[in-house]
Amino acid sequence: MSAHTHADGHLPHEPEKATLEGRNKVLGFWLFLGGETVLFGTLFAAFLALRHQILDGPHPNHLFDLGLVALATGILLTSSLTSVFAIQAMHQQRTKSLINWLIITVILGAAFLALEIYEFSHYIHEGHKFNTSAFSTSFYTLVGFHGAHVAFGICWITLLIIQLSRKGLTVVTAPKVYVAGMYWHFIDVVWVFIFTVVYLMGKVG
Amino acid sequence: MAHANAHAVKRYSGIMDWLTTVDHKKIGILYLIAGGFFFLVGGLEAILIRVQLWAPQNDFVGADTYNELLTMHGTTMIFLAAMPLLFALMNAVVPLQIGARDVAFPFVNSLGFWTFLFGGVLLNISWLTGHVPDAGWTSYAPLAGTTYSTTHGVDYYVLGLQIAGIGTLVGGINFLVTIINMRAPGMTFMRMPLFTWTAFITSALILFAFPALTVGLAALMFDRLFEGNFFDPAAGGNAVLWEHIFWIFGHPEVYILILPAFGIISEVVSTFSRKRLFGYSSMVFATILIGFLGFMVWAHHMFTTGLGPVANALFSIATMLIAVPTGIKIFNWLFTMWGGSIKFTAANLFAVGFIPTFVMGGVTGVMLAAAPADFQYHDSYFVVAHFHYVIVGGLVLGIFAGLHYWWPKMFGRVLSESLGKWTFWTFFIGFHLTFFVQHFLGLMGMPRRIWQYLDGLGFNEMNMISTVGAFLMGLGTIFFLINVVVTSVKPKNAANDPWEDGRTLEWTIPSPPPEYNFAQTPLVRGYDAYWKEKMDGHKGMTPAEPIGPIHMPSPSILPFFMGVGLFIAGFGFMYSPDWGDVGFMKTGHLVGAIGLLITLGCMLLRSMIDDHGFHIEEEEILKDQGGKA
Repeated sequence: MSAHTHADGHLPHEPEKATLEGRNKVLGFWLFLGGETVLFGTLFAAFLALRHQILDGPHPNHLFDLGLVALATGILLTSSLTSVFAIQAMHQQRTKSLINWLIITVILGAAFLALEIYEFSHYIHEGHKFNTSAFSTSFYTLVGFHGAHVAFGICWITLLIIQLSRKGLTVVTAPKVYVAGMYWHFIDVVWVFIFTVVYLMGKVG
Repeated sequence: MAHANAHAVKRYSGIMDWLTTVDHKKIGILYLIAGGFFFLVGGLEAILIRVQLWAPQNDFVGADTYNELLTMHGTTMIFLAAMPLLFALMNAVVPLQIGARDVAFPFVNSLGFWTFLFGGVLLNISWLTGHVPDAGWTSYAPLAGTTYSTTHGVDYYVLGLQIAGIGTLVGGINFLVTIINMRAPGMTFMRMPLFTWTAFITSALILFAFPALTVGLAALMFDRLFEGNFFDPAAGGNAVLWEHIFWIFGHPEVYILILPAFGIISEVVSTFSRKRLFGYSSMVFATILIGFLGFMVWAHHMFTTGLGPVANALFSIATMLIAVPTGIKIFNWLFTMWGGSIKFTAANLFAVGFIPTFVMGGVTGVMLAAAPADFQYHDSYFVVAHFHYVIVGGLVLGIFAGLHYWWPKMFGRVLSESLGKWTFWTFFIGFHLTFFVQHFLGLMGMPRRIWQYLDGLGFNEMNMISTVGAFLMGLGTIFFLINVVVTSVKPKNAANDPWEDGRTLEWTIPSPPPEYNFAQTPLVRGYDAYWKEKMDGHKGMTPAEPIGPIHMPSPSILPFFMGVGLFIAGFGFMYSPDWGDVGFMKTGHLVGAIGLLITLGCMLLRSMIDDHGFHIEEEEILKDQGGKA
């Protein structure tokens, strides 16, 4: 059956997996994240290979302000938590609560992005530009790829919020929300590695 | 049965049907046409290369043009001919072999085709603008950097492949999900036909290999367009990093190419020997093992880069290990033929011709895997001979076998056997003439990628033989094209099972299959599902469901425009240094942004507008079946 609502008018317990389309979407997205892992793995490898090639540019030890980065990290990790609350609300079929948690997630994501933009403009001011050195190029590429993922995620989840408020929670919208949640967690995990490999190692190495 | 939510969906015809189709069978045909076209382009480039090398100090083409031909031949053949032709067969066959009505993501399937096509077109437009990629298909840094490649040539390479690569990646994910989630009842993993298995493993390799290329191309693009320093040693960059990134993608890529060919050979040899594939489980195991090891051997392309004896030794051993599962496959094909009642159809000739040819490519592969010996072979024609033996002698013979074998299923017409045999013999003899002598040219010291060679080095005769062989391969391709034309005017009368010995599910349904493939999803009771029913005295498969309305996805023009958008964006970013400014931004960036907006806008539309699809009703299905219930 391709019915978009369950026979008795209620959604099944896990609406994201209620249809074959939904199950395909979830599995396909897991696989896509596997590919994304290789993508970021390669970016990390390039960064690790080039991070000591600072040339005349500022040293990461002077450049990075751990306080600011820790704040950004806290914000992004919290947004992951709120996206979990959103998925829980979805499983309890509380659409309104789902939308609210998604809005909070988007706001936190935007705050993270704003901090990152501030951080980048500060670095450029300090003479750490994209073409300063191999370190700066690989730094901006790795962290920038992550930032672009956050920006895409913000647009995507915003779009889903609009759809949820117009179409409600159905077996069509549920898988979309679910995979967006997976995407958001993935971005978060990547950031944990960036925080460690780029910022913490930059401070000590 | 009335449907509360049966939606009226516009069903297109003519050219709009092809632009909007999400049917895997039609997308397979589109891949075949586009891949076939690029195969002819790449083949023409190869013939021009061979004409240039026909005699010592020939000046048929200039040195610059030669570099361009060499680069575009390799790039076109790998990315725009071989991969799409494999995708053509995978699209045409895999859903049928697992008893599915379509792939998991029909829309994404169409998107994959159009991004591949527009990426390929972008790459080849370089011939018209006069800035052609000329840094080799591997585009090693620093040669491919702005210092040594000052024209837009390498930009075309970077952006064209990036766009085409998106298509390949989403195609790979699509096939993985299709094979995991869409199998008919009873079609367990260990009952899947071997072609489906190889398509599965190849898709997994695509998923984990292509993102590395994405990063490599993005990094090279940043270096070239935005003054990045990834690969520029003067700014602290590392040229060897490109080699690693490229080959971490590039080595799995050659297994991405060859594994489906292994699958095709397994199907064809088994069918035309009228025997169950010998050692099916070991074939599956060997395929998985090759896929796994394929990620562990990239540095064998870099033995002379200077990674040191320990790295070279490890990669050397890992490479030699691959000979074990490959050897298992070779013996399994031989044992499948052993004692079988073999029919040498054109398809089977290609498959049987494949076996010794691929063994020869494998043997030189093990020779090259020995790092100390590789220092002698490196960058010589020996390497050229080796990889053409595995790619042409392996993959292209496999594709020809597959095309002759599945042509009736794709088009409803059986290709002419006699023309098929002409194709085989001219192509096969031409192939060995071209490349066998190149082993010896390499051992005698002829370096690869050179424009001219001097007289009196003993290279003359063998180069001439090689060129004659290339023309013979061209003749073989022409025979195939004639065969396609001649066959296309014959009546569309292929039987469901035109070879009469079909073993797998695709032969249980009409040729070509109806839009919904299976009127009733079949119940699979064992490996070689159709053959098993035949042996049990049944005419067809036992259905797993009653006849009922079938839900189909709607056609969509969005994937086409998403491809167009990326194409425009690629052009804009590439020419941004040349096109001047408009207002506060560069004209090129504006054009690029417009292109990206087209693509993103299509994504937005796709997300906002729910695709409810449509139903093919019971009456229509019964009518297709000739009115019988």
